[in-house]
Parts: sequence; structure tokens; C-alpha cells
Amino acid sequence: MDRQEIIKRLNEVFRDVFDDENIVVDAETTADDIEDWDSIEHINLISAVEGEFKIRFTMGEVSGMKNVGEMIEIIAQRA
Amino acid sequence: MDILNYPFDSGYILKKRKSIKRELLSDGTSRIKKKIAVLGGSTTSDIVSVLELFLLNEGIKPEFYECEYAQYWQDVMFENPGLMKFSPDIVYIHTSSRNITEKISVKQSADEIEQKLTDQYKHFEVMWDKIKSLFGAVIIQNNFELPYYRLLGNKDASDIHGLTNFISRLNMKLYDYAGGNENFFINDINYLSASYGVDKWSEPKWWYMYKYCLCLDAIPKLCLNISNIIKSIMGKNKKAFALDLDNTLWGGVVGDDGVDGIVIGQETAEAEAYYEFQEYIKAHRDIGVLLTVASKNEEENALAGLDHPDGALKPGDFISIKANWQPKNINIQNTADEIGLLPESFVFVDDNPAEREIVSAQLGVKAPKIGQVDSYIKILDTCGFFEVTSLSGDDLKRNEMYEANAKRNRQKAMFESYKDYLLSLEMNALIRDFEPVDIQRITQLTNKSNQFNLTTKRFTLSQMEDIYNSDEYIRLCGRLTDKFGDNGIVSVVIGKINGDSLDIILWLMSCRVLKRDMEYAMLDSLVKKASKQGITTLKGYYYPTAKNNMVSTLYADFGFEKIQEDNEKNTVWSLDIKGYGEKNKVITVKE
Repeated sequence: MDRQEIIKRLNEVFRDVFDDENIVVDAETTADDIEDWDSIEHINLISAVEGEFKIRFTMGEVSGMKNVGEMIEIIAQRA
Repeated sequence: MDILNYPFDSGYILKKRKSIKRELLSDGTSRIKKKIAVLGGSTTSDIVSVLELFLLNEGIKPEFYECEYAQYWQDVMFENPGLMKFSPDIVYIHTSSRNITEKISVKQSADEIEQKLTDQYKHFEVMWDKIKSLFGAVIIQNNFELPYYRLLGNKDASDIHGLTNFISRLNMKLYDYAGGNENFFINDINYLSASYGVDKWSEPKWWYMYKYCLCLDAIPKLCLNISNIIKSIMGKNKKAFALDLDNTLWGGVVGDDGVDGIVIGQETAEAEAYYEFQEYIKAHRDIGVLLTVASKNEEENALAGLDHPDGALKPGDFISIKANWQPKNINIQNTADEIGLLPESFVFVDDNPAEREIVSAQLGVKAPKIGQVDSYIKILDTCGFFEVTSLSGDDLKRNEMYEANAKRNRQKAMFESYKDYLLSLEMNALIRDFEPVDIQRITQLTNKSNQFNLTTKRFTLSQMEDIYNSDEYIRLCGRLTDKFGDNGIVSVVIGKINGDSLDIILWLMSCRVLKRDMEYAMLDSLVKKASKQGITTLKGYYYPTAKNNMVSTLYADFGFEKIQEDNEKNTVWSLDIKGYGEKNKVITVKE
């Protein structure tokens, strides 16, 4: 799947999870950029992304992801 | 809200929970407030936010207290000031097999393992007892789910050294406690996890990564289950089934295929499925659920179908059978009026999505998407419309009572005047102060009466016990018997003594005895009891709701004078009881 398509679909997931229609994510986005992105919402976000792309992240991937760009790379390899 | 009606999409609920909550809060329904403490032995944050949705959907507005991570026991035993200040109505203890601290092994003797079982159980029991003495709150306690692995293989279940065996026996101890404590309820995660699949439910990465004792996707099902217990305690269970016939209770269309052509019985796989569904529906009579039919059929065809020799249900199992060509919402509304229920107390079961859509849109009735016949039972069962939290004698007799009601209605036609009819019923009432054995039924009636209810105040069992034990109140409960049978406790009045006047904070009556003059008998007894205690004035309060319009003029009819009215039409009424003349002329009252 190409990265543009992934970003577009990720953006929708972020908007749903954080209930904010103004969110625009890119490869550089991190938890610091989104106000409600704390450890609790992280669980929900990861789960929603897994559901959207029908993939499962490994435990190492979940704890290792530094920004949205790394998430996109993993999805691009799997989905 | 349809998104939250089972069968639902768990992932969607989890993802969209914020906007679902916003929508629920802005739909304008009035909700009962409840304070719920969630005390977890693992992470609970997503459980709290999803449970909130299901409770809002049941008309309950929760305020939550959530303990710090895994502090469920410490918070109670060491009286955490936050929890003490919060003073919960309900305490939900979300523990799991991850919280079993006693370690067993094959090296231990039977006595040692027995001791560990007792110790593990006592750890919980002291906490429940403490909650009871601190708050008198309702306790909802998870039981324990089966372990994720079996060290002894199959023997893990049968041998005392197996964890599976240990967990099963620990659960039995929980059930014994539940049997002896009215305000204590088991949230059966052992069943839920089995039904979901223990391998998926307990997938360990959720524990390793987030300290969740179950997978995220199972949380909506867990929360539906908890909210079913809570809404049942609050008297919000459904009361009746409205059932379609063709392709719902049997296969085929009786009007086209003839009685011999419908699919029911033991001859084919489909026939067996419909038969088992009929048995499932019929068993609901025993737990006090009323059965009614709403079918588009000629009546004689409908009755012939229900009389099929291979069916489990018979026409006599139903309180009302409406088989005609009117819209089903009208039939259900008429049935509801006849037996004295609100339409929203019904669950509509129909294989046809279009009928479900109309009935749920017109009447606000739950109409679950039941799928194909082999899934009818599972879907209705998971919805938990009739969740049993207590089995009072009245529940078990409810069908008989409503049948007697229907008989009374038929007899009404034969009398010259309404008073003659009432006299012919040979009514006897027992009106007196509460007694300990009545308090459960009184609380249940108080929490489910909506129509004949002046203040719509709700009480937990322990609040009702407090009122019972206080001398600041005058309490009356009324039981009505007539020649057709015993109606049980049907009316409750509570007045708070305020100098020489009495504030009537609760006045309610079951709709099954409407228009029997029972309210006059209650007033007579109240006046008698009040004047004995030196009271000279009764003060009545009427708070209008969407459902209690039928009593808006009750105090005026009683001869009270209106002394106050605010912007929301809440009114206060006053009656000087000097020279009061008895109003009841048709019921023989014992006190």
C-alpha cells in the first residue's frame, strides 16, 4: 500500500480516536503534538489502527514506535 | 442508541467512544445519577469510559471513582480519603485470575492447599464486609476466569494441585457469599471469557503491555454485562416479549402453508431450532416475563399455529394475542394499555427488519437484530433484557397476577355501576408499617414504578433499610387481595415528620391495581396514623416527569390545596387533617 493512502486512512483513525476533526498527521507527528495522546489513549489508538489495516503490531513495535512515520513504515510492509 | 445494541461492533464503539458519549449526553433524556467506584486489580481506564456509554444508554448517569492502578484492596481496607469522600452507591471490583496471590504447587499437601484457598477467599471477604459497613453500597464482584495455561494438562481441572481446580473452588466460595448477601452480585467473567474464548480474552500481550487482564476488544461485552446488572438493580429491566409468529416462532407462513406446513418440532434441523427457541421463550414465564403476540395474521390461523401439537408454546402461555392486519406498533401499544405497562417495557422479536425498524422508531421499543433462527437464543440472551438480580415471590407469580387482571377486565362489563363492580371484587387490603420481609419488594416496586408515582424518588435497599430503622418517618405499605387472587404489595407511602406536619416524600402504586380505590384506602390509613402521632397537616409533592401525568391531579382529587408551584410545574399541596372523613368505601382494610 502506498504511503499517501496510509496517511489518509491514518488521519481518519486519529480524528475518530481523539474526536477532533482538525487533526492532520504526517510522518513527523509524535504524541507531543496531540494534546490527548497519553498512555491510555495510546492503547485505543494502536488497537484502532490495527483494526483499520487488519494487521497486528508486535509488542516490540508498539513500545518502539517514535513517531507516525515509523508506524507508516510498519503498515507499508504488512498491509 | 443503535450502536450500543447487541449485536454490536466492539472496535467501532472503542474507536468512536468520545463522539458516542457526546451524542448520548445531548439527546435530552433525563437520567438517574449513580456514584460508582471502579476498584481494579488491573488497568480499568477503558472499562470506565465504555461502561459510561452503556449506562447512559440505559438512562443512568454515572459519576465514577477509579482507584489507582491495582489498589482495589488497599483503597477499601485503609479507607482511602478520596473513596471515603466519594461515598459510592455501587462498588464494582474488577479483579481477575491475575490477582490470585496464593501460589499452589504439586509439592503441597491437601491441607496446605485448603488453607491457601481459605486465605485467598478471606482476602476478598474482609474487603466486601468492609465495603458493606463503610457505605452499605451494592457490590458487583468479578468471579475468576479460567487460567490461560494448564500445567497439569487435563488433570489441572480435577486435581486439587491444579490452578483450574483452585479457581473453580474459589468461585464456588464467591457464590456462597452471594447466596447469603442481598446487595452482592457476581459479574460472571468466567462465563463471558469462555463464551468469548479464553485464548483471545486472556491474550497475554494485553497484560504485558498495558496491564489489562482482558483484551481491549472484549471490553464492550464486559461493560454490557456490568450495565445489565446495574440497570436490573435499578428496576430498569424489560417486562414483556412482543412476539411475531411466522418465521419467528415457527418456520414458514401459517396463512399460506397451513398448520401442517409450518416448520416446528423434531423432524428437521430447522424444526428443532424453532422448537428450542419456543422452549427458551416459554421458560421466561417462570422468571416473571409476560408473553404477548404481535402478528400480521388472521387470528384463527395464528391460534392454529400456536396449537400445533409439536410446538412447545400454547395459546394459554400468552397474556395477549394480537393477530390482525393493523400496524404492529399499534397492536403493541394496545397490548401495553390493556395490561397496564409502558410500551418501552416490551422487547419486540421479529425476523423482519422492516417491522423492527417501525416498532423501534414509533415506540422506542428494543427490537434486536436476531439474525437467523439458530442465533435467536444467543442474541436475545446476550442482550440481558431480563437480567435476574433478585427473584422475589411476586416475580414468580407475575403471570398469574396479570392473567387474573385480564379476567377482572372481562368481568367489568357485567355490572351496572363501577362501584358495584368494585364491591363484587371482594377486596381486602392489609395496610401497615414496613416489615423486614417486605423491604426487598418495597425497594423493587419503588425503583420501577413510573406512572403512578408522585415524586419518582429512587432508593437502594440500604437506603430503604435506613428509613425503616428511623423514627423520623411514617411508612405504609399496602397489599391488596381480591377474589381472583393476591396482588402482593402494590402501594408504598413514606412521609417525613416535620414538626406537626408530614412531608410525603414518596407516594406510589403499582399500575396493576389502578382504579380500585386503593389510593383512598392508603390515604385513610395515612391520616389515621399521622393524627395518632400528633400531626395536623399533610404536605404532598408532585414532580412531573414524562411518565407520571396520570397522578398530576391526585392531590387535588384528595382535597389538598395547592400552595406552591415553580417554573418546572413542580407543585406542593397541603391538607389539614382535622375533620377528615374516610374516602374508601369498597375495600375492607386490616391494619
